[in-house]
Amino acid sequence: MNALKPVLSKPWIWSWLAAALTFAATALFTGGSSAFGLSQATLTFAAFSVMVGLGQMLVITLGPGNVDLSVPATITLSGTLALKFMETESSLILPGLLVAIVIGLAVGMANYALIKLLRIPPIIATLSMSFLVQSLAIWSNRGLRIKPPEALATFTTGTVFGVPNIALAGLLLSFVIWWLLERSIYGRWISAIGQSPFAARMAGIPVDGTRFVTYVLCAVLAAICGYLLASFSGGAALNMGTEYLLMSIAVVVIGGCAVAGGNSNVPGIWGASLFMFLVVSMLNTYGFGAGIRLMLTGLIIIAVIVAASRPLNGRK
Amino acid sequence: MNMTLEPPPVVSARGVRVAFGAVKALDGVDLDILPGEALGLVGHNGAGKSTIVNVINGGLTPHEGRLAYGGQESVAGGVGSARAGGVRCVFQELSLCPNLTIVENTRLMHRGLTGFGWRKRALALISQTLGDIFPGHRIDCTGTVGDLSIAERQMVEIAINFMTVTEAPRLVILDEPTSSLDAALAEQLMAHVRRFVGAGGSVLLISHILGEILSTSTRIVVMKDGKVVVTKPVAGFTAKSLVEAMGSVIKEKGHAAARAVAGDAPEVINLPASRGSVCGFSARKGEIIGLAGLGGHGQTDTLLSLYRARSSNWWPKRPEDIAFVAGDRSLNGTFPLWSILRNLSIGDLGALSSRFAIDHGREEALGEDWKAKTAIRTPDMHNPILSLSGGNQQKVLFARALSTPAAIVLMDDPMRGVDIGTKQDVYAIIRAEAEAGRTFVWYSTEMDEICLCDRVYVFRDGAIVAELKGEEISEDHVLAASFSGEAA
Amino acid sequence: MKKGLSAKTMRLMIPVVSLVVLLVAVFWLQPRAMSYMGMNLLFNLAVPIALATIAQMVIIAVNDLDLSIGTFVSFAACVTAVYLPTDPLTGILILALAIGAYALMGVIIHLRDLPSIVVTLGMSFVWGGLAVLILPAPGGTAPVWLRALMTAATPVIPFAIIASIVIALVAHLIVMRSTFGVAIRGVGGNARSVARAGWSVLKIKAMAYALSGLFSVLAGMALVGLTTSADANIALRYTLLSIAGVILGGGEFVGGRVSPLGAVVGALTLTLAGSFLSFLRISPDWQIGAQGAVLIIVLGLRLLLSRREA
Repeated sequence: MNALKPVLSKPWIWSWLAAALTFAATALFTGGSSAFGLSQATLTFAAFSVMVGLGQMLVITLGPGNVDLSVPATITLSGTLALKFMETESSLILPGLLVAIVIGLAVGMANYALIKLLRIPPIIATLSMSFLVQSLAIWSNRGLRIKPPEALATFTTGTVFGVPNIALAGLLLSFVIWWLLERSIYGRWISAIGQSPFAARMAGIPVDGTRFVTYVLCAVLAAICGYLLASFSGGAALNMGTEYLLMSIAVVVIGGCAVAGGNSNVPGIWGASLFMFLVVSMLNTYGFGAGIRLMLTGLIIIAVIVAASRPLNGRK
Repeated sequence: MNMTLEPPPVVSARGVRVAFGAVKALDGVDLDILPGEALGLVGHNGAGKSTIVNVINGGLTPHEGRLAYGGQESVAGGVGSARAGGVRCVFQELSLCPNLTIVENTRLMHRGLTGFGWRKRALALISQTLGDIFPGHRIDCTGTVGDLSIAERQMVEIAINFMTVTEAPRLVILDEPTSSLDAALAEQLMAHVRRFVGAGGSVLLISHILGEILSTSTRIVVMKDGKVVVTKPVAGFTAKSLVEAMGSVIKEKGHAAARAVAGDAPEVINLPASRGSVCGFSARKGEIIGLAGLGGHGQTDTLLSLYRARSSNWWPKRPEDIAFVAGDRSLNGTFPLWSILRNLSIGDLGALSSRFAIDHGREEALGEDWKAKTAIRTPDMHNPILSLSGGNQQKVLFARALSTPAAIVLMDDPMRGVDIGTKQDVYAIIRAEAEAGRTFVWYSTEMDEICLCDRVYVFRDGAIVAELKGEEISEDHVLAASFSGEAA
Repeated sequence: MKKGLSAKTMRLMIPVVSLVVLLVAVFWLQPRAMSYMGMNLLFNLAVPIALATIAQMVIIAVNDLDLSIGTFVSFAACVTAVYLPTDPLTGILILALAIGAYALMGVIIHLRDLPSIVVTLGMSFVWGGLAVLILPAPGGTAPVWLRALMTAATPVIPFAIIASIVIALVAHLIVMRSTFGVAIRGVGGNARSVARAGWSVLKIKAMAYALSGLFSVLAGMALVGLTTSADANIALRYTLLSIAGVILGGGEFVGGRVSPLGAVVGALTLTLAGSFLSFLRISPDWQIGAQGAVLIIVLGLRLLLSRREA
């Protein structure tokens, strides 16, 4: 039992347990026949949530009030513009990725400029920005639905040794963010700011610089997600980002990151993303209608959050 | 003495014990507060004063022991039964709602102010009480608390607690009530306390200003290490005997070894005189500069602006420039989620890293090095910072600043709540580091620390009102400068 | 003394000025709007938005944020359109239970010290699901009395404006004048001292959430009275509109500093911003963007004015 203790004290363990249970419940219902297909789909869709979740995690680590609501709009805009730029030309795949990243950089910078210049809470700044970005996406999305370049479409839907490429891309990004968070000075800085911005400032941490980089990173991750998502689903759609607003916040919370900031972990994002997709597919397998599915999803999220929380004034 | 004629005590605590983890905050305290007495409560930091206050006002349930209000055993406990027993408390930190008006705050604190037209009645009551306690005040009682100065907020909070709505308060607890009041207002308050007690009310007065305690209390309780050590009528005390009872050692006047800093040492700080100041602010390499004066008169702001001017919010700070040691640990010092080691190493991560990646081996080495140097009492530097006592947390903050190559170290009254042993350790380190060429700018509210400095600036109302050097540095001079012009 | 007064008036002045500027611009573009009918058209949809904004404001007053208002108003609209005309008792019962659910949400958020954003986001799924269950396809009808009320032809001043004024005054009485309102704002300002004075913060928060739920239910009913039918997505944009309205109206996210009069004016301003764009014949693509721009401009203005003040 004692050997288990260090594992059980990890905050991300619960999201992985929940994901495993849901997977079992779904696979058992279908008699195990769909287990392979289910795990492939799960890995793919979870990877998209992971990408936006990682960015949101960094932002939430910055402490209370920090959240990026412009994630869905950024996904939509980068998906739309990148596909438009590539015009199904396979030679433009990498420049297209660059376009997406530049869009992310621009949105992130604009977000932080608003926060700083207007001295408004990030919630309202990123919200206002998302209105503008969404309008831009609507305006540029008019006309035909442009397909992704053939090679890119093949890549995003393909697999290596049975593992979806998208999942590998998500894993790569996760490793980068994990390194930043656990090994680099930057990781220490965002954690310090999340615990006490004032103390961080007086310890010599460039608070604004760090926050700026974090908002830009979040937007860039959302933009990369938009690029891959649009390529994966054969074209950009105006509502493609919508579900990722809740998703990006939910996976951070369910993954065991402190909502009050300062304490985050990457594995939990994966566990929570897998769990979130598995819940939906489980409810689908059981044949529930849309209404019940929505309701149960909401209730499960709340139940997990309540279970993961500590009561008021609770001391550990 | 005939026991039957004595009215029951307003509050009676018997065998109260409170423990926070391994720390015994209260270790079997017996305390009675009788009607018509002003009980002075003194003790060093960590003696248990705040804890007993929190037990009496119901904010904290004792782990052991009994509590009775007006002879009635408190069964339910909590804030409710304390208030029902007529206990009111003015807290050390301000506890009004800044977004509400004074009248609305009055309403929140007095649940008896119900029914139609409560605003009018509250306004009349609070204006009258404020006028009674602080005659000649200029506070607009319809205004919002957030617009008031700190002193005015303190006055309002005191008035609200002395106010009678349906019942008069039986016991008012004043925890450092004059910390933000000037001398004239403090004297008005003490006069009111004497009147209130004369009329049969009770007051529990906590103050670090022994003059207030001696002139206002009828009886004095001295606490030490969570226990009541002495209880005597005020006549039995002098300032000297009071200090002795608190257990603090009477120190010989500092300055035995006034260091001569070479007059030609390069200046590392040189600021022109700000508005109202008698001189500019300067510091030479290797100097220990003291910032003195009453608390909250611009010393901390001076430190903060010195720090801000030498570090950027956008770019990483050059570690050799400046470092800051916080006084209010929980506000601007420690990172509560982190280990001791991380709290220490955050001062200069650059030196521990190659290509932005932190080298954990070098971090460990730094931790062991400073654990030994400053004698941080912990079995493992990976334990959470909050597992340390206040004094040891403070050592970590010192180590954080001193482990950097910073040429200037700013200290914001860092010795609050630190035990005497730690203090002596740190004083020695500061002296040694200054000899080695570091400059210290040291704000302190304790006179013996000010006396350790080479040069002292005395602050009043946000400006420098005196510069004291060498032999001029003494309690008399500092006090004279802090108060001059305010005595009517 | 002077400073306090002007800071207070400033809080209310900016939304009022923005409203007047927009109104003048609309009249200048479309002089015919300057009539009883025109005004009625311009401000028609303001009533439900104003109610939703007040609902959001009550939550913001206790330092929380409700991201489920849009789906909740949609849900209330669906209940109104489906049950109130035919089976009013069931309808009222469901709505009352929903308000109770809001109070319960406040209790859970407080007891477990949860972030309101996450809990309300989760609840938005629940309300959305319930709305789909009740009304799978757009439809339903407005109760006759509700329709009559919302389209009442009041003399001289259009009903929408009278209703907005009434909403503002009632909210002002509850939130700014009553003891209950003082307690709510006190929790936002300094919850610890409210608890020390012997109040139950839990009860205050539960009642604040219930009050917010009540205003949201009224918003849903008012919306059905105007549109005569409902669907599960009818009011999704109210979440963002209501937050924007509170902020435009001089409210702040933390510290219990809110203004009901300002919030209603903010809601009117946002309603008008939509009409203004259509008068300018700007493509509907830019509708959302323009609302974002108005928000940014007003917040920028507020910063400028408060800087001059300081």
